[in-house]
Amino acid sequence: MAPAPVLELDSVTGGYGETEILHGVSLAVKAGEIVAIIGPNGAGKSTALKAVFGLLSLSRGQVRLDGADITNTAPEQVVRRGVCYVPQSENIFPTLTVQENLEMGAYVRRDDFRPRLHEVYELLPELAERRRQRAGTLSGGQRQMVAIGKALMLEPKILLLDEPTAGLAPKFRHEIFQTIQGINRSGTPVLMVEQNARFALTIADRGYVLVDGSNRIDDSGPGLLANREVAQMFLGGGWADG
Amino acid sequence: MIEFLNFHLIPGVVLGSIYALGAIGVSLTFGILRFANFAHGETMTLGAYFTLTLILVTGWHPLAVLPAAMALTASVVLGIDRLFYRPLRQSPVIILLIASFGMMLMVRSVIQFGWGVQLRSLRPGMIQQPYVLFDTLRISPKHVLIIASALVLMVLMHLLLTRTRIGKAMRAMADSPELARLTGIETEKVILVTWIVGACLATAAGVFLALDTHIETLMGFKVLLPLFASAILGGIGSAYGAMVGGLVIGVAEELSTYPWIGEGPLLAPGYKAGVAFAIMVAMLILRPSGLFRGRVF
Repeated sequence: MAPAPVLELDSVTGGYGETEILHGVSLAVKAGEIVAIIGPNGAGKSTALKAVFGLLSLSRGQVRLDGADITNTAPEQVVRRGVCYVPQSENIFPTLTVQENLEMGAYVRRDDFRPRLHEVYELLPELAERRRQRAGTLSGGQRQMVAIGKALMLEPKILLLDEPTAGLAPKFRHEIFQTIQGINRSGTPVLMVEQNARFALTIADRGYVLVDGSNRIDDSGPGLLANREVAQMFLGGGWADG
Repeated sequence: MIEFLNFHLIPGVVLGSIYALGAIGVSLTFGILRFANFAHGETMTLGAYFTLTLILVTGWHPLAVLPAAMALTASVVLGIDRLFYRPLRQSPVIILLIASFGMMLMVRSVIQFGWGVQLRSLRPGMIQQPYVLFDTLRISPKHVLIIASALVLMVLMHLLLTRTRIGKAMRAMADSPELARLTGIETEKVILVTWIVGACLATAAGVFLALDTHIETLMGFKVLLPLFASAILGGIGSAYGAMVGGLVIGVAEELSTYPWIGEGPLLAPGYKAGVAFAIMVAMLILRPSGLFRGRVF
């Protein structure tokens, strides 16, 4: 039998209070994978990530981490179990320095985090040069690097990224994607939500297209890129024949 | 010039140091718990009265009993948090704000009930010769003591905020409580430390204010407005902002009575308190984020 996926969402249903946003989303991230969630605005992509992180109440379905049930576990506990989540905005502490942000990322670690700090600086050399600079004074792309670096401090079992390139110039977008690939190569599975679907699918092993809070299409990255419906959707085509 | 230094600038720095210590607590509570704590002035008063009692019991110097008074005040503040604020943690902040207003009245009443309402001196019968520097500068020993102690406390505060894990977590939470939670920071522990630090500094501020003038049950309430003005001037949530804000407000209040134009004071001393208010209103209109929000030090 194949080992359990690192992360698994099984027919997850839920939302905020009375409003149901996810109507049964299923997805899985296996060891070593980059998985992208794409779909139109309001499809529940970011909400699916928040569901993993215990930020909304799930009425049905299950979230499993390494096969263990973590459905509706509070965020502070989910972090301790090795899941790191980088929100789309407000993902750094602006008045703290770059290094202090990374130290906060290691807050739940009980051991000496300095070797890991060294590794993160090696992975993101741009941050090493600016370790004493206040994170709030950095450019958008650099802030995103800090946010990702902060999450890496925990050596997470899986990294959840919500729109890591939102609002970034193409140059930085490219840089962030390269960084994500680098992180993945060093052994961390990544689940990301991305507006720039084409870019995301080029680096993703597999992708899920969500529409209206449900799975629409599941396929490999290249498979989705070649899919006519997906192409239409992200080239601005209508749903007339969908 | 001599009058300016001895009667305006030095008293301004003394008052400013006191405001700075008090404002740190206001600013941190505002930044981390997200509500304006109206009872902070009463925390100062309570700290001063605990000190008074400890002095009467032991006969020691105010600075010697200060740590014990800080511990007593911090325990009371933690008890108040546990009983009143913690159950309201998930409520809208306006509820906490009003709760703190009620707490202000309750604490003050308890102080008046316990210690009486008459004006008292923290160190009765003590008249000290001022130090004279360069033949002109006269500074009384108690003012030296206040400024030096305030400086020491502010340096300790700086070390806490920049050198310790919990201090950095406090700054992180003042930046963004939501992200702090997602990062796994123990928010309740940060809140606990915030109350303790705020109460200790408020006790020091109350004692220094009592040393400078006298001790009475409304002393904390009377400086509440300058404390808020200092916190807002510096930028809510920034301890450093509160330090600078406090000094600026204290000095500005004292300088407002200097005869800048003509013979008499620019502002009648009775209007001194208006200076803090004017600065606060101007700041809220022109730069609501304060001087230090998101700035590089």
